[in-house]
Amino acid sequence: MSEFRMPSLGADMEAGTVVEWRVHPGDRVKRGDIVALVETEKGLIEIEIFQDGEIESLVMPEGEKVAVGTVLAMISGEAAPPPAAKVEPAPKVAPKAPPVPHRTESTGRARVSPLARKRAQELGVDLARVVGSGEGGAIAAADVERAAGQAPPTAPAPAVGPPPGTATDRQAAMRKAIAAAMARSKREIPHYYLGTHVDMSKAMAWLTAENLRRPVTERLLYSALAIKAVALAVHEVPETNGFWVDGAFQPGAGVHVGVAISLRQGGLVAPAIHDVDEMPLNDLMRSMLALVQRARSGVLRSSEVSDATITVTNLGERGVETVFGIIYPPQVALVGFGTLVEQPWAADGMIGTRPVIAASLSGDHRASDGHRGARFLAAIDRLLQEPEKL
Amino acid sequence: MTRDEIRDVVRRTLSAIAPEADLGTLDPKGELRDQLDIDSVDFMNFVVALHQELGVDVPEADYPKLSSLDGCVAYLAAKVCAS
Repeated sequence: MSEFRMPSLGADMEAGTVVEWRVHPGDRVKRGDIVALVETEKGLIEIEIFQDGEIESLVMPEGEKVAVGTVLAMISGEAAPPPAAKVEPAPKVAPKAPPVPHRTESTGRARVSPLARKRAQELGVDLARVVGSGEGGAIAAADVERAAGQAPPTAPAPAVGPPPGTATDRQAAMRKAIAAAMARSKREIPHYYLGTHVDMSKAMAWLTAENLRRPVTERLLYSALAIKAVALAVHEVPETNGFWVDGAFQPGAGVHVGVAISLRQGGLVAPAIHDVDEMPLNDLMRSMLALVQRARSGVLRSSEVSDATITVTNLGERGVETVFGIIYPPQVALVGFGTLVEQPWAADGMIGTRPVIAASLSGDHRASDGHRGARFLAAIDRLLQEPEKL
Repeated sequence: MTRDEIRDVVRRTLSAIAPEADLGTLDPKGELRDQLDIDSVDFMNFVVALHQELGVDVPEADYPKLSSLDGCVAYLAAKVCAS
């Protein structure tokens, strides 16, 4: 028997509301199944389960807004949840997510889950005197609560507020969540910024020829090439792909590219496409189309919103030349693309015009520096010169 | 298929890619891209959906002809009749 808890879908999420259960007691579920629809600041999210088993009971009624880590359902099953779930109240819901977003620090201090750190701050608990109950003495939120002389919540945690109702409320909540994440980024992440212009003539010529012979359902956009190039460039400079957690860089387990999608009613989401580096362009394009469609209709999946390892933002649609991005914590890099424009371009002693795109990198100076960042951007440029290999 | 039926398909397709938009206020001659704030991925979804609904394969070179609601209807009506 194990507990299924309200997952943390990103650094900025504190609470969520189960809007709808998609399973009933007695239902068999397998890893990756969607079990509930949860309302968050990021909109409605389909919550996937991370283990096989049978739904024993639904603890949380629909409509209740509860904090991250609150038990939602009990599951019995042959497969135990991943070890991370035992030490961390906010279980990882994505199979591809790094097992635990923290690592042992070189100082020999015990590992502390992000939620535990947050609870310690809220309760005024000194982490140094907390005894961790997790693997290798890892400190979970429950340990912090025990140390504070407070029983960990075994019953549903009290509602932390009314579920957001109207679209306006949702927008306000999303704006607040974006503000919190971006303020944290600007406060904690020492950004450095690099930019370069990429000659896209080979990429565009290849794309035009490809699209001419492809049926409408298989055509490609240049943004797919750009995203693939970013994912492959990560292999050359891996310190751009992953998380900064508890004072150390943790490499991403896979290259999950968050794609920034601006919502027309206001707000922004950056859901992830998984393992982009290993994905053929056709599949990547299909994933992009589906992802944007789902973001527009307001229902994303939990694995998409929680585990991007690097983000790409393409602000080229509205004519802006360069993006100076803000990294989405705990990620450590963001690549921005501006508008594709015809520009004068000097090459081989001649001046002509070429389709050119401005690529930028916002890097976390704790994880990498300008020299490596420059190599990363150069790799993106080089990869885009051989579009047929992407 | 009548032009009105095609117009209905186009409107239904648009409301799928831009669910938050109020199509009632759409200027049929105005640019869809500007009025609905659709980007290239949305437009691709639009063209794919039109293909699925009407069986029309729009070559990339013809995308500009789909820039307004009236433009879509005129272009698609010609294509549907021709096929």
